[in-house]
Amino acid sequence: MRLEAIADPTLARSLGLPALALVATVLVGAFLAMLAGADPLQTFGLIVKGAAGSKFALLETLNRATPLIFTGLAVAVAFRARLWNIGAEAQLYAGALATVLIGTKLALPGAALIPLMGLGALVAGGLVLLGPVLLKTRLGVDEVVTTLLFNFIMLLLISLLLEGPLKDPMGMGWPKSEPIPRDARLPRLVEGLRLHWGFGLALVSAVAVWVIQTRTTLGYEIRAVGLNAQAARFAGIPVGAVLVKTALLSGGLAALAGYSEVAGLKGNLTLDLSPGFGYTGIVVAMLALLNPLGVVVSAIFVAGIFVGADGMSRAAEVPTYIADILLATALLFMVLAILLTKFRVRRG
Amino acid sequence: MPSEAPAQGGPVLRLSGITKRFGALVANDGIDLDLARGEVLALLGENGAGKTTLMNILFGHYSADSGAVEVMGKTLPPGQPGAALRAGVGMVHQHFTLADNLTALDNILLGTEPLWKPGLGRGAARARVVALSRDFGLAVDPGAMVADLSVGERQRVEILKALYRDARILILDEPTAVLTPQETDALFETLRRAVALGLSVIFISHKLHEVMAIASRVLVLRHGRLVGAVTTTDTDRHKLAEMMVGAEITPPAPSRATPGAPLLVLDRVSGPGLRDVSLSLRAGQITGLAGVSGNGQGALADLLSGLATPTAGRFEIAGNPPGAWSPRAAIAAGIGRIPEDRHRTGTIADFSLTENAILETYADAPVSRSGWMDWTHARQRAEGIIAQYDVRCPGPQTRIRLLSGGNMQKLILGRVLGENPRVILANQPVRGLDIGAVTYVQNQLLAARDAGAAILLISEDLDEILTLSDVIHVISAGRLSPAFPRGTMKPADLGQWMAGHGFGDHGNEEDRKTGQGDKGQGGSNAA
Amino acid sequence: MTEIAEILLTASFWAAVLRIASPLIFATMGELICERAGVLNLGIEGIMVAGAFAGWMAVYSGMGLWGGVAVAMAAGMFFGALHAVLTVPFGLSQHVVGIGITLLATSSAYYAYRLALPEVTSPPRIEPFQPVDIPGLSDLPFIGPALFSQTPLTYFAFFTVLVVALVLYRTPLGLALRAVGENPAAVEAQGLSVTALRMGAVIVGSGLMGIGGAFLTLSAFSSFFFEMVNGRGWICIALVVFGAWMPGRALLGAVLFAAFDALQIRMQQTGLGALVPYQVFLMIPYILSILALILMSRRANVPAALMVPYNKGER
Repeated sequence: MRLEAIADPTLARSLGLPALALVATVLVGAFLAMLAGADPLQTFGLIVKGAAGSKFALLETLNRATPLIFTGLAVAVAFRARLWNIGAEAQLYAGALATVLIGTKLALPGAALIPLMGLGALVAGGLVLLGPVLLKTRLGVDEVVTTLLFNFIMLLLISLLLEGPLKDPMGMGWPKSEPIPRDARLPRLVEGLRLHWGFGLALVSAVAVWVIQTRTTLGYEIRAVGLNAQAARFAGIPVGAVLVKTALLSGGLAALAGYSEVAGLKGNLTLDLSPGFGYTGIVVAMLALLNPLGVVVSAIFVAGIFVGADGMSRAAEVPTYIADILLATALLFMVLAILLTKFRVRRG
Repeated sequence: MPSEAPAQGGPVLRLSGITKRFGALVANDGIDLDLARGEVLALLGENGAGKTTLMNILFGHYSADSGAVEVMGKTLPPGQPGAALRAGVGMVHQHFTLADNLTALDNILLGTEPLWKPGLGRGAARARVVALSRDFGLAVDPGAMVADLSVGERQRVEILKALYRDARILILDEPTAVLTPQETDALFETLRRAVALGLSVIFISHKLHEVMAIASRVLVLRHGRLVGAVTTTDTDRHKLAEMMVGAEITPPAPSRATPGAPLLVLDRVSGPGLRDVSLSLRAGQITGLAGVSGNGQGALADLLSGLATPTAGRFEIAGNPPGAWSPRAAIAAGIGRIPEDRHRTGTIADFSLTENAILETYADAPVSRSGWMDWTHARQRAEGIIAQYDVRCPGPQTRIRLLSGGNMQKLILGRVLGENPRVILANQPVRGLDIGAVTYVQNQLLAARDAGAAILLISEDLDEILTLSDVIHVISAGRLSPAFPRGTMKPADLGQWMAGHGFGDHGNEEDRKTGQGDKGQGGSNAA
Repeated sequence: MTEIAEILLTASFWAAVLRIASPLIFATMGELICERAGVLNLGIEGIMVAGAFAGWMAVYSGMGLWGGVAVAMAAGMFFGALHAVLTVPFGLSQHVVGIGITLLATSSAYYAYRLALPEVTSPPRIEPFQPVDIPGLSDLPFIGPALFSQTPLTYFAFFTVLVVALVLYRTPLGLALRAVGENPAAVEAQGLSVTALRMGAVIVGSGLMGIGGAFLTLSAFSSFFFEMVNGRGWICIALVVFGAWMPGRALLGAVLFAAFDALQIRMQQTGLGALVPYQVFLMIPYILSILALILMSRRANVPAALMVPYNKGER
């Protein structure tokens, strides 16, 4: 078989194929539910109900979407420059660590701590990604493996700190940090609703990334480097510097997920702060076709599946891991569908 | 060794009524071709005339919409890549199909044995390759890694690959593009031996004098159609050219140049891939750089483009040494750069024409102001180039991937010339273009010269160099010959230099890029 | 450091090295085959999880141990086939597809585990492979207990390296594989199918990764638990680079790596272990992998067409 580029894909093709990918994902989900001996329709009903069936469920979904918007943006920014940052998990924890360090070690009023912690997280996350990127630009070391390995190192480092210098003396022996002060917590977005300003910051970040990508010189440089680094270098675009800037932005965004989880939701740092938000960010970004505004939508969708699956598994005998399978399936079907909107499969 | 003779009389290869469409484009339109035993048939045509499509159909990479392929009287099943190969047709591609990490012998052996057979039988294979090299005059060390071979040697490995498979028909696609005139003569000698031994050859080319020299018959393709079939004794270069292009062609006839001051000077410059290079590009003059590909053209182009920095020697632009050297510094210094590969280096395929038009100036006002893009200005820039350089496209927002090579090159030309560069680096500016675009690009370069630009023209096409250049240098193994003014050198003389002769104490033949050439302290380029 | 010397001089240390190296050897050989053919297989981590689970589940439900190995290989090949279809004929990004396969294989294994054993608190056990003595060799002093008292899967791992090396360098198939990762056009021009070679390499390589995962459940431990692969797949990718895409050197890398790993485990018991937090020792394997990548970055002879999809007839 052979792939033939389509000059002007029809609207039906551009929208129909991704829709088909989602339908196929749903079919896989139905099959999985049947494997578990559950009624597929009922399972999906429970997932939707768990994700959006009540005000509480909806807010829970938006809360879960918040870190995913950040990690999704981090991946979208990096992948746009063909910088394969698979280390959003490590950057998230670096952000959380910076937040806790600043929040517990600096004796400042909350109004000063809130922006300081955010800034600290931004810098910490950027620095964590800087290492792998410099190894890539200077020595040609593939960043996929280094960023992946950094995830494990970072988690061990956090574990070390939580059992040592950062251990909460009041923590009954659990490996967790002291909580940040009450007044340094992110306020509620709307009084009385369990949704904090982290979500607002996530939305603002998405718009900011969109503006950077479409309106600024840096955005143009990032897209040029991602699409063809050789041509970009020839044209005088400083490829190494652009990748470093991209890394600081991407790592910083992922770190804001850690900031928002600690300062907005949990209050302290634990080893289970992130159930793989960094990895899920890859799925979020790919489903959004790396579009920063699309990331918001896809993060809410993905969060809904997770929250919904949690709710569903309490009622039906279907393990929550169905959510992870659905996401992986959606990812693979979606990249295939996107390819087929641009190329036609030909024989001979 | 070629063994059983094919059935006498009938053609060894027959293509009948081959038609192939790609969407609205008819790449091949009812093409018939007969190849007799022991003949050299030339297939002549411009880029895009349909030669490559025809060969892809013969080799089963495409299946034709209609028509049939017969080899030795047997019809080949369409769309099966191995079929032509097994039937005894061997192809020498323009872009060599060799794996650099394997030896010449292993490349020849590749795919000749059943995959699951234990052992490779290299001993017997080597003996056969050595015998074939001797019989056909193809000197190659079978044990050498392909990565270490020169271009000429790689081509010989390609031919040996076909011969090793007992090919009865050899097809060579633009085989002389990468050879010196002397190497071309050696290739022709090999082909004559092959024909004498009963093989048949299809020689694909657009170089008319070579077609006249080696072929007995010529088929001419134009716009996917067969427009002429003549014997070489009944025609001449002029008639062939007319048939190929469909109209009389007038090669550019440059007026005499009036060279001005040197704008860019290299004095005994060395660097990665360059040894002791001295070069002076003068205003109002085209300096041609001839040479076999891979002999330092790329290194010199990288240096002038700002991608590489010299390690020794004096480098001056308009009398001053440049500061920190980079592509951006080169652009700022007034060097306009037309890169060798317009698809990979010159443009970004998935960028629009607008985005490609500002690729070198995106950071400067008015396109960019304190970090913000002004897309209105960018689009105006693109529209200006489209209008002035006659770029055929649906509009400035079209992805450049969808443009033909000629229109892509026109955009690059507009991008470069629009900045009024004082020095122009034109690296293979017309490669792969059809004749209309070739003439257009060449005339634009001549106009820039007459307006006072200093131009370095790099080309593997000796004819192009001889036509356009006011002075010519030859590059070989990273060394530069003295400057030869227009009209002082014949192709054969340049060929001597291209083969590495004449470079003082470095002038040993077979001096390859891997050779341990000494650090050139005594080697003078100033003859 | 006399403590290190003492550790290095015990036979049980070297026995542990070979045990730790075995899953890495299988998976590294699998990845090496994929990459030699030009496909980066980032599905390796998930495929190892799937292999670990599938092999264990097969044995738990009554199959023989070798049956379990076969099932693990089949599971690996299944996910490998998926990877191959998406990355070879369709030419999709090997990064994205690889990550997707890892997510899919991992979550599928966890889902199936939860389905099969909904109500367990402590993971059930199977009877794993037992060490097998090799007559003559196992009786040698020191060498015997150090090297020749391993489970059959460990011997099989070393045997696999030999087979991979022989096929790669001594058969027409290996020649074609090495060529297709360097210049697919060369393979196509000689009448071989790039698609078939690459897909075959990914599927077979993934089968080996599955066996590597199964080593954990069928030989090293006796149960399946979550997070048990724990980055071993990513480490194998680093080992392929460290081995410069050559089986022998990759084997050396795996053994060297396992030696450091075994050493750090034992160092935790020494005086140094009392001073330094255990997490530092656990970081060592990952840090070593990054160091290996840095060390080899300039010298690596990476297959030229690695990660470059091949679209027939495209120029």
